[in-house]
Amino acid sequence: MDNNLKSLSALGKPTALILQIGPFKITERMNVALASLATRRGQGTEFKNRAQLAGVPLPPPATSERNDPFGAFWVTPEMWFIEAPLPMFEDIAAKLKAAFGDTASITEQTDAWVRFDLSAPNPSHLLERLSNIDVDRVPDGHASRTVIDHVGCYLIRRNANEVTLYGPRSSANSLLHAITVAAESLL
Amino acid sequence: MTQVKRIAGGQIDRTRTLHFSFDGQSLTGHPGDTLASALLANNIRLMGRSFKYHRPRGVFSAGSEEPNALVELRPGARQEPNTRATVAELFDGLTAQSQNRWPNLRFDALSINDRLNAFFTAGFYYKTFMWPAVFWEKLYEPIIRRAAGLGSLSRLDDPDSYDKGFLHCDLLIIGAGPAGLMAALTAGRSGARVILADEDFRMGGRLNAETYGIGDQAGADWAALVLEELATLPSVRLMSRTTILGAFDHGIFSAVERVSDHLAVPLPGKPRQTLWRIYAKRSINAGGATERPIAFENNDRPGIMLAGALRAYANRWGVSVGDRIAVFTNNDDGLRTALDLQAKGVDVVAVIDPRKDGALLPGIRHLRGATVVDTAGRLGLTSITVRLGNGKAETLAVSALGVSGGWNPNLNITSHHRSRPVWNADITAFVPGADGPPGLTSAGAASGAMSTHAALATGQAQALSVLQALGFAHRTDVLPKAEDAPLNLLPLWYAPGGEGRAWIDQQNDVTVKDIKLAHQENMVSVEHMKRYTTLGMATDQGKTGNVLGLALMAELTGQSIPETGTTIYRPPYTPVALGALAGRARGQDFKPLRLTPSHHWAKEQGATFVEVGYWLRTQWLPRPGETTWRQSVDREVLATRKSVGICDVTTLGKIDIQGTDAGAFLDRVYANTFSTLPVGKCRYGLMLREDGMVFDDGTTARLAPHEYVMTTTTANAVAVFRHLEFCRQVLWPDMDVQLISTTEAWAQYSVAGPNARKLLEKIVDQDISDTALPYMGCGAVTIGGLRARIFRISFSGELAYEIAVPTRYGDGLIRRLVAEGAAFEAVVYGTEALGVMRVEKGHVAGNELNGQSTALNMGLGKMVSRKKDSIGMPLSQREAMVAEDGYRLVGVMPVDKTAALSAGSHLLDVGAEPVAANDGGWLTSMVWSPHLGSLIALAYLKAGDQKLGQRMRAVNFMTKQDTLVEIVSPQFIDPQGDRLRG
Repeated sequence: MDNNLKSLSALGKPTALILQIGPFKITERMNVALASLATRRGQGTEFKNRAQLAGVPLPPPATSERNDPFGAFWVTPEMWFIEAPLPMFEDIAAKLKAAFGDTASITEQTDAWVRFDLSAPNPSHLLERLSNIDVDRVPDGHASRTVIDHVGCYLIRRNANEVTLYGPRSSANSLLHAITVAAESLL
Repeated sequence: MTQVKRIAGGQIDRTRTLHFSFDGQSLTGHPGDTLASALLANNIRLMGRSFKYHRPRGVFSAGSEEPNALVELRPGARQEPNTRATVAELFDGLTAQSQNRWPNLRFDALSINDRLNAFFTAGFYYKTFMWPAVFWEKLYEPIIRRAAGLGSLSRLDDPDSYDKGFLHCDLLIIGAGPAGLMAALTAGRSGARVILADEDFRMGGRLNAETYGIGDQAGADWAALVLEELATLPSVRLMSRTTILGAFDHGIFSAVERVSDHLAVPLPGKPRQTLWRIYAKRSINAGGATERPIAFENNDRPGIMLAGALRAYANRWGVSVGDRIAVFTNNDDGLRTALDLQAKGVDVVAVIDPRKDGALLPGIRHLRGATVVDTAGRLGLTSITVRLGNGKAETLAVSALGVSGGWNPNLNITSHHRSRPVWNADITAFVPGADGPPGLTSAGAASGAMSTHAALATGQAQALSVLQALGFAHRTDVLPKAEDAPLNLLPLWYAPGGEGRAWIDQQNDVTVKDIKLAHQENMVSVEHMKRYTTLGMATDQGKTGNVLGLALMAELTGQSIPETGTTIYRPPYTPVALGALAGRARGQDFKPLRLTPSHHWAKEQGATFVEVGYWLRTQWLPRPGETTWRQSVDREVLATRKSVGICDVTTLGKIDIQGTDAGAFLDRVYANTFSTLPVGKCRYGLMLREDGMVFDDGTTARLAPHEYVMTTTTANAVAVFRHLEFCRQVLWPDMDVQLISTTEAWAQYSVAGPNARKLLEKIVDQDISDTALPYMGCGAVTIGGLRARIFRISFSGELAYEIAVPTRYGDGLIRRLVAEGAAFEAVVYGTEALGVMRVEKGHVAGNELNGQSTALNMGLGKMVSRKKDSIGMPLSQREAMVAEDGYRLVGVMPVDKTAALSAGSHLLDVGAEPVAANDGGWLTSMVWSPHLGSLIALAYLKAGDQKLGQRMRAVNFMTKQDTLVEIVSPQFIDPQGDRLRG
């Protein structure tokens, strides 16, 4: 978008962070659009129909699901966060609104969060020092709210080796600090 | 000195020598030693002074129950007071100092207390320092503070880091002795996720300290083999050097892992300790048992210790505490000490055994029916006096005495949910009650099963029970053979001698006499006795002395021990460093920071930041030549009012409210009406609490028929969101309303001042003229095609807008606004200038939203609509809250503009006495107004709306100010609002 305004990452940098600390790879994702999608009261059936039509997954509680180009994770009863590639969905809220109409309340969340993808042979070695979620035992796709060093986050287990953390954008540096300090203590 | 007390055997690595010092004396030890074992190996028995009487004290135990051998470890900032030498793992370069003595350990001036012991009995403090009352603060307390305490703090910042973490398991096993190991083996082989935690650096528990075998192996060898197998099981986590501190709700345990305590300095990046929160579906307390002593006169001399400890030092650490030793035991386990030491070639002078019947030990002088009644030796034991079975006394020259009065199950953790221990007459000890923490059972000695066989059997049985409950397939392995001998204990708590003192609780210097005095003064309840005598307090929590004290009280009251009862335990099981509890949350990492979108730009400009909750906001931006904050703030205010100022207001809470009932929902949560607000307009909203007091305020914009965005104060953003969620989910679940915070999603800047529109017109693509975007208008715009939002609202009283872009463009927008604003000499202003301008305009903020103020107090009473119901409206109409003489928001200016004024000052009528009865109100906020050239303030004043133009006094006792002021309108500038509508 040519608006003469430079965009910065949540960490205040022009490009996304990629960090390797021992076995732990931390990748900041700036290329994901995010929006909340909530069912309006009494619209459940139509809402689901439209979701199906648009290809937007609506995973059950505590889970996430992919259906390219969309990903979704459950956040609270009748509300999901929808992920999509930012270049195609810079205006994700408008696009979802077009798909769901008045059956849903949709709010742009792209810039409300920082996303760090953590990959490692065994991410739980690090995450057991950050979060109380039993990352080893929850199934792939598990999505849950958690708190990391006083910062409220969402944690999604993509698979045994990959975990996504969403934290509030304004605390991106604090969240990264918590992750890196814990990772470095394991070297 | 070269470890003259070393004897053969032990689990120490004699191929390596470790150098350490104690009170400046250079000494050596070996890997596997504790500080206590190494000191004893070097023939050092005197390790400390007692708390009250400054009696010479040495090692009493070989574990975490140690009451006496407390030392200061490490030098400098890592100095650690009150460390138990018995659990301090020896490392090369360790330095230890004795404590609670002056000028040195051998000669301690305060040992005079011991001579004056008649004055220092239980309750001494309570009786003595009652009068005269004025002496307390100036005399008594300083003296007591100086004399009290054991170790000292370095008063330096701890240079090490402490970590924390979370673990999950099917089964947590507390203690890796025979019961714990057997339980772990049983559960681990079945695939259950097991955590086996032990406070020792070497797992195995008593098996490391005993000579008896398991199967055809030495106990320690069996333990090593089991640990080898456990280490290969993927579902088992072995955590040595880890103490389970407490049992909390829902199967949660806290544990501290001493990651680096066995090193002089933690390895780079490694924490000193880690505090774990363990979520366990089931747990087994296999924490073993603690030996208890028998009280007799002068039973506290260095060289006197628990018989099991004496044996442990010989068997595990290859140390003979004395050349000539004796054992005083009322049970068969104590006899093992004599036999083991004799087998190692130590001269066992005698075994003093109060039990009259039974076989005599071979080759040892076994004195049946005898008791120890006194000892001698100034700085260490030299002899004991024995009352023989025939009533005669005999003095034996010995340098060490092992005492065993039986074993108390380590049931502490089972009491953490207030379960009362139960007396078990078979072993003459308390055992865990049945109503302990759910899911927690006990095995082995911790459950009262005292033999090794019983430990293995109960460990296996409890593990099988857990496996069954959790649905694991399991098998019952054949238990290896192990000793299964009974204790054959004869209860004996106190062996009376002469008139001397016999210690019950060595850490707190509680003697038999103190217990008797407590009884004499009717402190017979165990809880009273504990507090009156201090029995069982301090770092060891009475692990060795408690039951002894209870038994003595039972004897004195003529009740049984179970009738007398017992105190219970609470976390932590052993002392834990505050650093471990704090973890990494210290200094700059105490809490997370929230950075505004303009933070990086502001930092480049040298901005001064202020913490607002977690947010760091720009407080002011100094320019070259400005030497005080006032110069910067005055410039920012004047420039804004003259031309245009820019302020980052992203921190204000933004809540997206959608749904077909969004308007009706807002009507209920706000005191004023929002359902009638046209799309594209904003309205100032006032939110009340249920009790009618003002909760929060802010503007709410209607973006679409069923979409509003609410603005809250920065401080209340979370509280308001939580409140709205409560209303939505609990109060009115039938409403079609969806909420989500968008605070972080948008970078929002206030652009205020006469040239605000001109500046924004340079960057906004659309027409924002007064016609297109009138006062309180809002809508979607673009900036070079970028989606943006604009709100024409003002907090400063000037023509003002708030412009918002997706946060990633926030840095770009501030730079663009500054660059384009140069033509207007625009400034960026911080929270100080913001505060000045809002006071000048008479807007309420945090100081006025104090939770005790109503809309009427704030001059906003008309905003509370009576045409509809809303939270807080009914109660805001209570008689006292609508009284005409209630507080009203007013402006205050000093009559003399050079006079001092401060917030918090109270308003009094001129001539009135400065007493509470004459208090008219108080100054809530005070600023210097560069616009008016005067200090100005907002104030709550009784019937303030009727006092405009009056003169009053602003009195402040704290700042010693008494200033003549004039009561004025709270709108100091532009009261008609012409500017903001310009």
